[in-house]
Amino acid sequence: MSITEQEAAKGLTFQNEESTYLQAISQGLGEAMREDETVIQIGEDIGEFGGAFKVTKGLIDEFGEERVIDTPLSESGFIGAAVGAALMGLRPVVEVQYADFLSCGWDQIVNVAAKIHYRTGDPVPMVIRAPSGAGLRAGPFHSQSPEGWFAHVPGLKVVAPATPFDAKGLLRSAIEDPNPVIFFEHKYLYRRLKERLPREKYKIDIGRASVRRDGTDVSVITYGAMLYKALEAAKQLNTNGISVEVVDIRTINPLDKAAIIASVKKTGKVVIVTEDHYSFGVSAELAATINEGAFEYLDGPIERIAPPDTPIPYSPPLEDAYLPQVEEITTGITKLVAY
Amino acid sequence: MALSREQHFDMYYYLLLGRALEERLETLYKQGKIPGAIYQGRGQEACYVGSAYALEPGDVIAPTHRDMIAMLPRGMDIKLIVAQHLAKVTGPTKGRGEDNYLGDLSRGIFTTVSMLPDFYPVAAGAALAFKIQGESRVALAYCGEGATSRGDWHEALNFAAVKTLPVVFFVINNQFAFSTPAEKGMKIGNVANRASAYGMPGITVDGNDPIEVFEAVKRSVDLAREGQGPSLIEAKTLRMKGHAGHDRFTYAPSGLIEQWEEKDPINRFEILLRDEWQLNDEEKQQIEIEIQMKIDGAVAFAEASPLPDPNEVTKDVYH
Ligand SMILES: Cc1ncc(C[n+]2csc(CCOP(=O)(O)OP(=O)(O)O)c2C)c(N)n1
Ligand SMILES: [Mg+2]
Repeated sequence: MSITEQEAAKGLTFQNEESTYLQAISQGLGEAMREDETVIQIGEDIGEFGGAFKVTKGLIDEFGEERVIDTPLSESGFIGAAVGAALMGLRPVVEVQYADFLSCGWDQIVNVAAKIHYRTGDPVPMVIRAPSGAGLRAGPFHSQSPEGWFAHVPGLKVVAPATPFDAKGLLRSAIEDPNPVIFFEHKYLYRRLKERLPREKYKIDIGRASVRRDGTDVSVITYGAMLYKALEAAKQLNTNGISVEVVDIRTINPLDKAAIIASVKKTGKVVIVTEDHYSFGVSAELAATINEGAFEYLDGPIERIAPPDTPIPYSPPLEDAYLPQVEEITTGITKLVAY
Repeated sequence: MALSREQHFDMYYYLLLGRALEERLETLYKQGKIPGAIYQGRGQEACYVGSAYALEPGDVIAPTHRDMIAMLPRGMDIKLIVAQHLAKVTGPTKGRGEDNYLGDLSRGIFTTVSMLPDFYPVAAGAALAFKIQGESRVALAYCGEGATSRGDWHEALNFAAVKTLPVVFFVINNQFAFSTPAEKGMKIGNVANRASAYGMPGITVDGNDPIEVFEAVKRSVDLAREGQGPSLIEAKTLRMKGHAGHDRFTYAPSGLIEQWEEKDPINRFEILLRDEWQLNDEEKQQIEIEIQMKIDGAVAFAEASPLPDPNEVTKDVYH
């Protein structure tokens, strides 16, 4: 997936080397620390070792232990500490080893970080980076996509970039944001995507979707690793004469409702594809948003394709059955087009 | 309590079985037959066998990611262990849970989760049930020194102490939590010192000596069974492998592994058996053959087992 035309049109020039999704995040962290000395990193094994996935590799050499802070195994402790540091003028970027472990710091995130500004007006500029997502045969505790948990909490922002370009651009916005931002990095994408990134500083605004493919018959609304399955489905259906538009929401909360509704108004039919599981989550919120904003424009029911309401299984046939697959998306779209 | 010759040989068998089984799992992992991860307790066998051997059949253990070997003296079927790693439907979680996150409640083995040390409070809860039901049973919870930094760990100890519960908290201080050396995880040299904060005994033992581990755990288990409440035992050792199969342990200070190689718990125990219990080469060979046959059988079983049926992905979320 390469950079969208809108962004290329902004007159950016590009690095010679391609960067992976993972490298894009590493670059973003390094640049933010270079520019703003209040930016610090906090997490387990992030210093010399460079983190469980090596995203922070090298930062400690450049910025030292004062700003790249290894912690004991204590998510609640270091997430709470990040809140305190943020209140006192720093911009902490927290790494949890897997998004699954966010639950170990749950209270500090949802009751402390999220509820300060509403009551006191004090900013809490912090980012929590969380490698999420399935597809790596990692089982119930190393595969979850818990963006729905956090998107449900007023006071938090939640982003989920799908490309190296977006990962770096959204990271910059997240670090500059005066609110707590949960930054979901899809670990399946870490080393599978490569693209040339701008030489210049740039950011992707939080709350802005991107149309990844233009189409006229059906809109697919998606994000994260599911974007690639949606694009593949769109490509396959194109040969059958079905024109699919693919919208990558990029931010879960706040949602770019205008972009979603504009697409649905254009096509009149919509399929939602998420890796968040089916019930009470992101796909339901998207469906409600479309219902509220574009009901009169719909020519068919809102289709949802999402994993079943189960823990994420380890065994390959089970995990493959759990995750939405391209064929499921093409079938869903074809059915809807015929409606 | 002095252990008999037979009991020494029993422990020796489990030590060898644990090591050989982990070696085979490593081979399977390198062959790409394990879709997930492996976590090895090499070098820590004495911690597992010494502690689990001090329990009675009705007791329960709560192991973590690295503690598979503790299941062996409990009679855990190794066919299930291999099938679980190979993600087969015949594994104890039917292919749903990952690699080493397995157990068997019928043998008093909890099936852990990854979040450390979430089964510390759970073990205390098992002990609470034993107490309420007037049962003479004990719970034993495992974790590493790294996990003692989390609140759940402290909450479990405090709760168990306040309620005088029959639980033994067993911490394997293997000097590392992933890449983090113990001294960067805590300011004290001994995890056992944490016990005083909760009003329970705290004991540090040589984690490479199965007998020392056994004796300490046995004393704590007896105390727990007599209604005298929980204890904390810390077994000092070294994780001889990387954190997981993908980690080559490049951050180990030079010489450390070699230094601990000399303290290898199995070699040490073997010397004891030869000197004091007349272990001879023939007997040793016989045990090794028996173990290899057992492991071969388990691997054959697991390899021949089917993968789960994808249509069953939504089954069993609820009872
Ligand atoms: C709450 C939590 N945070 C992070 C992790 C990731 N993780 C898995 S094992 C491990 C290190 C554990 O060290 P220790 O408790 O000493 O046990 P050992 O691995 O040495 O047996 C970490 C950080 C986890 N499992 N749980
Ligand atoms: Mg450890």
